[in-house]
Amino acid sequence: MSYTAWIIVTASLVGLSCSLIGVFLILRKMAMMADAISHTVLLGIVVAYLITKELSGPHMLIGAIIAGLLTAILVQWLNNLSIEQHASLGIVFTTLFAIGVILIATSVGNAHLDVQHALMGEITFIPWETVTIPVLGKIPEATLLLGVVLLIVLICIIAFYKEWKITTFDPALAASLGIPVVFMHYLFMSLVSVTTVASFDAVGAIMVVAMLITPAASAYLWTDKLITMLVISAIFGVISAIIGYYIAAWVDTSISGSMAFATGIIFMLSFVSSPKHGLLAKYTKPMKSVV
Amino acid sequence: MWSILASSNFQWVLASTMILGVAAGMVGLLAYWKKQSLMSDALAHAALPGVIIAFLLLGEKNLFILIIGAAISSLIGAFLIQWIQSATRITEDTAMGMILSIFFGLGIMLLTIVNRSAGGNQSGLDSFIFGQAASMVKSDVFTMLILTLVVILIVFLGFKEWKIYLFDPQFARGLGLSSKGMSVIYTVVLVTTIVVGIQAVGVILIAALLIIPSVSARYWTNSFFCMLLLSALFGGLSGIIGTYLSAIGKGWPTGPFIVIVAASFFVLSLVFGKEKGILVSRLEFNAQRKLLNSQTNANANTLDSKGVH
Repeated sequence: MSYTAWIIVTASLVGLSCSLIGVFLILRKMAMMADAISHTVLLGIVVAYLITKELSGPHMLIGAIIAGLLTAILVQWLNNLSIEQHASLGIVFTTLFAIGVILIATSVGNAHLDVQHALMGEITFIPWETVTIPVLGKIPEATLLLGVVLLIVLICIIAFYKEWKITTFDPALAASLGIPVVFMHYLFMSLVSVTTVASFDAVGAIMVVAMLITPAASAYLWTDKLITMLVISAIFGVISAIIGYYIAAWVDTSISGSMAFATGIIFMLSFVSSPKHGLLAKYTKPMKSVV
Repeated sequence: MWSILASSNFQWVLASTMILGVAAGMVGLLAYWKKQSLMSDALAHAALPGVIIAFLLLGEKNLFILIIGAAISSLIGAFLIQWIQSATRITEDTAMGMILSIFFGLGIMLLTIVNRSAGGNQSGLDSFIFGQAASMVKSDVFTMLILTLVVILIVFLGFKEWKIYLFDPQFARGLGLSSKGMSVIYTVVLVTTIVVGIQAVGVILIAALLIIPSVSARYWTNSFFCMLLLSALFGGLSGIIGTYLSAIGKGWPTGPFIVIVAASFFVLSLVFGKEKGILVSRLEFNAQRKLLNSQTNANANTLDSKGVH
């Protein structure tokens, strides 16, 4: 496969897994949690690097999952101490992120890990770091990781589809049915962290947030059915990745930045033209009812 | 290290981060009681494209113009967040997350273009992401000082109006205080504080300076006025100590250090705070339990003496 094709495949994998997770994020009203986790994951990666002195694969993944869960737990804990959700989220993620940045600046140095990279990602370098897999041949490492993560996300969503649906829309009912609501919450947080960290290296924190929230929010304007929303959101995620790549190639700029921007374009189109909640529909409907 | 401290430029920088902390502490308290702490995060990220566009239009790094660009772009962000959540069923936090990431993505796109063009790397625009107070020159400091002083004055002089606006909107309407007007002023001071702060603290962490001192202040008092003073104090101290710490190392970013200091104040307040602090709550809880125990014991004893079990 060509260089461009690998980049688009990698970005589409990010788009797919993020936008699927994103649907549950916005339905559970935890969109800002995505922003928080995408920042704190940095701390997990830095600490994992400081301990193992290695910048690859499983260590980083584990560090990031721990950081993500730590964020969720700390926010919950402060929340229980009667600090409002918005404030506790703001305190936790900015502090953990600041610690991460300081660790990078003071003890890691800019040689292996720099913040700029973490924020914006370097998808341009992905196709060059390959591993060989028996059946598939040479595959970029990041692409493989993202493929595995997408598989995990899909399995978790399909296997517990009914549980996700009930815990998302009616946690009280879920609890009364004996579904472990708290466990599902932390499982979900782990999924968010895994997806974030796998995408992180490829596309950077900012695009992860954009991909997690925006395609799902756009899909939310088009449908009322969960399964349809998941499908539309996934499609939007992939389309934004592709559009974003070509915008970046066209004006010669940051790929992940323009992919984030592309999710915005899709949202704007949905915002204007969605049949039920769009602006056009709002302006045309009253006239119809008069006629 | 003493040579850094003695240099007059550093003293100016120190003064500006201090006064920035004071302003952020005060405005952050308003945001906290409006339950919009995360709004500051979204608006700060949304400011980035404005900074870069202003730089592209002007071709030089004039802090005042960059601040105007930042303000316009975060006001557009604020307006979009408001519009999206009022026109559709999308909730506020989702709208904030979207605007934050899309605007920041756009900012990064533009920043990459600027950095690629000749001389762009020297523009120092990168420091807007994490903040580099040391890179400020005297004219930057003056711009910052004047704007933050205006913000502090607005919050301080309008103290009574803010209080009514935040805690009793009904009463405010009865008094003829326009809540729309107050909202506009609130948004303007919030955006001003954010965009003034991004040079020193960076777009990612300026939100922390608005959020953390105000929550810390809540642990010490129940009076809004005292809270305002305390929040300003915590903010100002974080600004000074953080800037000082970041000056120890070469090229260390200022923002994260300020945030860490603010977070330390928060942890201290959380544990030792007079109102609902963990320690005080625990002591009160133990005292209550002791009281309860002694009462039940007394009851049990009297029952025992009557031969009842």
